[in-house]
Amino acid sequence: MLRRPHYIALSLVILLVLVLLNLPSHTAAHIKLAISGLFLPLYGFAGSAQSATEHAANSVLPRNTLAKELERLRLENEQLRIQLQQSDETRRENARLRQTVAWKQQAPWNLKLARVIGRDPSNWWRTLHIDRGSADGVRENMPVLTAEGVVGRIGTVGAHRSQVILLGDPNCRVAAVVFDAQNKERETGVIGPAASEVLDHTIVNLGFLARGGQLQPGQMVYTSGQGGIFPKGIRVGRIIDTRSIGYGLYLEARVKLEVDNTRVEEVWVLFP
Amino acid sequence: MNALNPIIILVTALLVVFLESAFSGVRNVLGAQIDLLPALMVYVSLTAGFSTILAFAVIGGLCFDSLSANPPGVSIVPLLGIGLFYYWNREIVVRDQPFAQVVLGLIACGLTPLVTLLLLLSMGRAPIVGWGSLWQWLAMTVGGAVFVPVFFKLFELIQRALEYAPLPESTFRRDREIKRGKL
Repeated sequence: MLRRPHYIALSLVILLVLVLLNLPSHTAAHIKLAISGLFLPLYGFAGSAQSATEHAANSVLPRNTLAKELERLRLENEQLRIQLQQSDETRRENARLRQTVAWKQQAPWNLKLARVIGRDPSNWWRTLHIDRGSADGVRENMPVLTAEGVVGRIGTVGAHRSQVILLGDPNCRVAAVVFDAQNKERETGVIGPAASEVLDHTIVNLGFLARGGQLQPGQMVYTSGQGGIFPKGIRVGRIIDTRSIGYGLYLEARVKLEVDNTRVEEVWVLFP
Repeated sequence: MNALNPIIILVTALLVVFLESAFSGVRNVLGAQIDLLPALMVYVSLTAGFSTILAFAVIGGLCFDSLSANPPGVSIVPLLGIGLFYYWNREIVVRDQPFAQVVLGLIACGLTPLVTLLLLLSMGRAPIVGWGSLWQWLAMTVGGAVFVPVFFKLFELIQRALEYAPLPESTFRRDREIKRGKL
């Protein structure tokens, strides 16, 4: 069985575990960042291997496929430029109106692209890691999004990588608003995890809705801007269905997220 | 090889944790990420020494927690418990049999997530747990157990590659050779 050195080693390990489990969250986060630094070369290697594979795959793509893709992108670019002209005019009008009623001007978004380098290896949290850190100006609680909608918010920040807490994780709750067909704000609630949908990472709950709320499947859910982390008006998802909670005291809706967090490879960090 | 064995085991633990984090193909297909550290702990506890088991539990657990949202140290506890239990009872286990390896893997891979969740809940954390977690637990248990014989085979191959080649044995002995003279 155990010899004396074994007892000493085992006691030291148990002591270490007790100390680690009772550390303040700030210190624990720093320790985790320091340990996860061990994996940075591996992430770098995996990233290089992936880009090399993509480069090799691109080089063998047939010319006519590339030409078709180019044509499609050209058309899309044209449409987006037209839409941009229209939205430019709307923005100018908005700015004029804000100036007239002396409202605070909205600053344009400052975005930085980040690559997803890893995901949470455990099944009971929803987080991922990106290759941008404090050296790039990333700070805690910055919103993370894609062109489709909200992804989550920045959790812990290292020098060259950060943890993103995804929508659907218990530590990422977002104040949200539902618009009706006439683009009027109908209901406000809070996006949180859906315990009944553990296997589907694209479904979350919209809770704390008023019990008389008129919500229809398919209605869009946007960030409401309350809470101070996410700006107003970013797409979150669409209502799937609603149900009564707490003996009819309030409503809860299931929301299908616009962004499939399990497959996202690149995200944008929104800087203030 | 004896000195290299713990190093190879610890490097494998790092690689396993990295692969679980970097590649989510299994998660996309099964809806659950398979944790291979308990499976590797079965191999370690049945073949390696006491200090290697402790080092594996501490380093493997800390590395896993560093890439996860778990509080640091929470994954050490189940790994250490499983490792020590198997280490103390390894003389009564037919560890060379793949069936026994799979059964030990089922127990280890089934208990580890349960103990971790229990610890998280007792610490006041709120992990995402629902009915779907039962499927995830089943996938982690079976998926992890299948890898135990794979680890045994893999480390056997590594050991064979790094050890001196065994001398070929022959029944021929020069001192017993009958030398025939002229008839």
